[in-house]
Amino acid sequence: MKLKSILVAGAALAMTATVANAATLEDVKASGELNCIVTTGLVGFAYTDANGRWNGFDVDFCRATAAAVLGDGEKVKFVPTTGKTRFTALSSGEGDILYRNTTVTMSRDADLKLTFLGVNYYDGQGFMVSKALGVTSAKQLNGASVCIQTGTTTELNLADYFRAQGMSYEPVPIETNEEARTNYLSGRCDVYTTDASGLAASRATFESPKDHILLPEIISKEPLGPAVRQGDDAWADATRWVLNALIEAEEFGITSANADEMAANPPNPTVARILGVEGNYGEMVGLDNQWALRAIKAVGNYGEIFDRNIGPNTEIGLERGLNALWTNGGILYAPPIR
Amino acid sequence: MSDAKSYEPGQHPSLPPPKNLVGWQRWVWDNLFGTVSNTVLTLLSVYLLYLIIPGMLDYFVLDAVISANSRAECAELGKGACWAFIGDRFQVFIYGFYPAELRWRPNLAFVLLFVALAPVLYDNIPFRKYGLMFSLAFPIIAGVLMVGGVFGLEPVDTRLFGGVLLTIVIGVTGITFSLPLGILLALGRYSNLPAIKIVCTVFIEFIRGVPLITLLFVASTMLSYFLPPGTSFDLLLRVLIMVTLFASAYMAEVIRGGLQSLPKGQFEAADAMGLKYWQTMRLIVLPQALKISIPGIVNTFIGLYKDTTLVIVIGMLDVLGVAKSAVSDPVWNGLSVEIYVFVAGFFFICCFGMSRYSMYLEKKLHTGHKR
Amino acid sequence: MSVASDTDSTPQRGGIMRLWYDSEARQVIIQIFTIAVLFALVFYLVRNAVINLDAIGKSLGFDFLFQPANYDINQSFLEYDSRSSNLKAAIVGLLNTFLVAGLGIFIATIVGFVMGVLRLSKNFLMNRLVYCYVEAMRNVPVLLWILLVHGFIVVNMPGPRQALGLGESFFFSNRGINMPSPLPEPLFWATAITFILGVIGAIVFKRYAKKIQDETGKILPVLYVSFGLIVVLPVIVYFITGAPLNWETPAMQGFNFQGGYVVKPELIALTLALALYTSAFIAETVRSGILAVNYGQTEAAGALGLRNNRTLQLVVIPQAMRVIVPPLTSQYLNLTKNSSLAIAIGYMDITATLGGITLNQTGREMECMILVMAIYLCISLAVSSFMNWYNNRIKLIER
Repeated sequence: MKLKSILVAGAALAMTATVANAATLEDVKASGELNCIVTTGLVGFAYTDANGRWNGFDVDFCRATAAAVLGDGEKVKFVPTTGKTRFTALSSGEGDILYRNTTVTMSRDADLKLTFLGVNYYDGQGFMVSKALGVTSAKQLNGASVCIQTGTTTELNLADYFRAQGMSYEPVPIETNEEARTNYLSGRCDVYTTDASGLAASRATFESPKDHILLPEIISKEPLGPAVRQGDDAWADATRWVLNALIEAEEFGITSANADEMAANPPNPTVARILGVEGNYGEMVGLDNQWALRAIKAVGNYGEIFDRNIGPNTEIGLERGLNALWTNGGILYAPPIR
Repeated sequence: MSDAKSYEPGQHPSLPPPKNLVGWQRWVWDNLFGTVSNTVLTLLSVYLLYLIIPGMLDYFVLDAVISANSRAECAELGKGACWAFIGDRFQVFIYGFYPAELRWRPNLAFVLLFVALAPVLYDNIPFRKYGLMFSLAFPIIAGVLMVGGVFGLEPVDTRLFGGVLLTIVIGVTGITFSLPLGILLALGRYSNLPAIKIVCTVFIEFIRGVPLITLLFVASTMLSYFLPPGTSFDLLLRVLIMVTLFASAYMAEVIRGGLQSLPKGQFEAADAMGLKYWQTMRLIVLPQALKISIPGIVNTFIGLYKDTTLVIVIGMLDVLGVAKSAVSDPVWNGLSVEIYVFVAGFFFICCFGMSRYSMYLEKKLHTGHKR
Repeated sequence: MSVASDTDSTPQRGGIMRLWYDSEARQVIIQIFTIAVLFALVFYLVRNAVINLDAIGKSLGFDFLFQPANYDINQSFLEYDSRSSNLKAAIVGLLNTFLVAGLGIFIATIVGFVMGVLRLSKNFLMNRLVYCYVEAMRNVPVLLWILLVHGFIVVNMPGPRQALGLGESFFFSNRGINMPSPLPEPLFWATAITFILGVIGAIVFKRYAKKIQDETGKILPVLYVSFGLIVVLPVIVYFITGAPLNWETPAMQGFNFQGGYVVKPELIALTLALALYTSAFIAETVRSGILAVNYGQTEAAGALGLRNNRTLQLVVIPQAMRVIVPPLTSQYLNLTKNSSLAIAIGYMDITATLGGITLNQTGREMECMILVMAIYLCISLAVSSFMNWYNNRIKLIER
């Protein structure tokens, strides 16, 4: 009897029941913690600071989701993954949502059984080279050694691009962004290729960023977006609308600073709907009506997240470009909350 | 010399032996310059030492920098190794990301590890019997202490384990559980029952035939498919199970070697005494077989301990993983040799210690009748 | 339970208990039980897998092997590009595994034997030096050696433009070693054929010499004749035909050296680290093998008037080999399995192609891992059966 109780306790300690394919929303609410899959470290997008706290663009979206679902943006457990392990981490239930600058593609959507929630960053694959090489165009890269992160779409785009241009190259496959940086800086490869945003983020961490340039060619479309497991519509709906709400909030001028004020005194019906003053949109997706208010108060709207982590005033210094709102010449366009 | 004295035959006092046959000269003659080939080897060794020692000493000790804030600062201060970095990251090297305010728990577990080891390693310790009981309970105590979640201990996510802490957790767990499992597998393979023999043999040969990292990949990617829908294990636990299974297959082979080297008479004598199977094994066979296999067992332990580094391929940050991620810290970019040498030193101390202990044990258990 | 403890005479026990106390029946019961449990377990696991895969809508299938891989591989012995199939990528990876394992075993054996013999040397300094080498090598994880060597090459060696040149033909940089490749002219076949004939001739001569020695005790100079046949003769033919071999030397052009052969730093790091690590274990094996030969054997050989090298060659080594070969086999196997650590530094072996990029780009974890494990299992079984054959061949035949 004694032995049995020990065994039972041990088993309870060891097995954490996570239902891999059904009601993630309920599970997350029940456990009081959101498992968010992020990258092992990409400055600006997801990285740990000296105190071990996670920061970055993707991390803020995780926090916004946690704030909307659980009411507290700090109730996130981050699951760092490499390009290779991210999808298994999601499908095995290790994580509930994937915010890891992941390109939305058809095969990932259909064959890997993911459900993409939308796009939080429009990107494209670029090349970075040392200025000293005197290269100004990707078309001059014949015969170069190229550092690539394995398990990403960049690996496939690169093969296609060089093949189409009739050029040869030496691929140097690498697991993580950090290793790629070491190899690139030590001269193991001439070129580092990944999403342009990632290149800019990496370059920001170099000792002398000015010695390196991004080539003008962008060789692919890389819409980066969050994903959840396929077949859990309630969870997909809830998380999708958190993303949309953050974009809508920027469009209608709701910021983390003025959100409470606007909720008390909504300037127009749209804002009232977003902030849960009018209608019960939160309840429709299984949350409560203050969901968006909490998310915005936790991390700010899309524009605030962008500016704080990767915007022009940060070390990374990315322009909004394609990621400006559709009203400002970009293509960021969230479906209306109504 | 010869003019001084003359002696009667047989009266000459003993002369001292020639100089090169006593004292250090003899030693030098015998060990360094005795023959032509010996001299050549000596000169070659001296040349090698000359090549290695001064350069290493300069780089790692004399020109080394022990405090600086960045790689650039290191480079300004000296040409040698940049140890400053290790100090900068020391906490991460030891604990990984274990919450700072809870670090007394792994510390306590580490101290208890030695308390638990003492009665196992040395047999002239007072209250050894109670000590052994504590040793048996130690894995559970340590597990509870580190993971928490019961007795009011704050739970700590195993994902935060890292550095030396993770290495020791995997190593000690693997070592503790692979020995009994290995013994069972070895007995199974040595058994007369064909079904059990085949099952054990297939298991052992399969595990020994594939690299550990494929098993770790299975643990990290595929294992959840084989569990009942809706359950999933903690990743660390999955890795611990795989590492234990892996080591137990090697252990089984080592012990089987010990079993095979026992003379048949031992089994027959046990049968003649009317001992049952388990009695025979417990009282006659295993004590002898295990004694013979001690060097092999410790070698397997050392191998297992070194293999813990492979967990970095599935994204766990053990001491080598921490080192590897540290190599790519932009502030310290370009350091690799120093960091790897540091980690190598850590493993060397652990593994060399284990192999020394095995030699001590071998000598102690060498009770006269060598095979 | 009470029945069994109260009464001691067997006939009163129930049918099942009687079976249990019959040792043969008990053995059968235990075995049937084991097999039943095992099958139940396997069935349970497979059932879970089927349910789980079904739930997320994945199916098992190996079609993906014949679809284009879409990625490039930087070192390939076959014609391979990104349009080739995943299967071909796997084969390229497998060949790369063989290459690194073969090179590693070759170097490890030579270094290991030399170190093992030196470890027994009476010379104090050499003995200690080799001892330090062996202990340092084998007490540090092989993965660490791989990363250390790779890190050293990539970070501390100069870039290709500042490559250290050895003459105009060999260049060392952090992109690897560039060396000239041979460009044979038509007449070169004469040299090649002479070489092959030389090797065959040497083998025939060795057999002949052994026969003569067995019959008459006369010892023929096998070494010199073989050297003449294998090396001197082809060299003579080579120069007679007018040295019909050109070398293509590597030259810096654009980003990298073009022309000639290149040995990538990943291959160097992996081979060196694996070989040196394994050599330490081989050295210990060789040492204990030689020590295992009874000293009386050496003394007996001395009494027969054999010279030192003859003693070693004819008496000690053949006996030591019997002790050395079985552990040597497992060292070779370990090296081959450890070559899967290639993935840590981006060398494209079978684990990195089929078990890495293909797995990841197609999402077929189950199929890829099963294939990779099956391949390693086959390699292991093949190597160990070869070494068993060799071991049987040199086994002591008692007369």
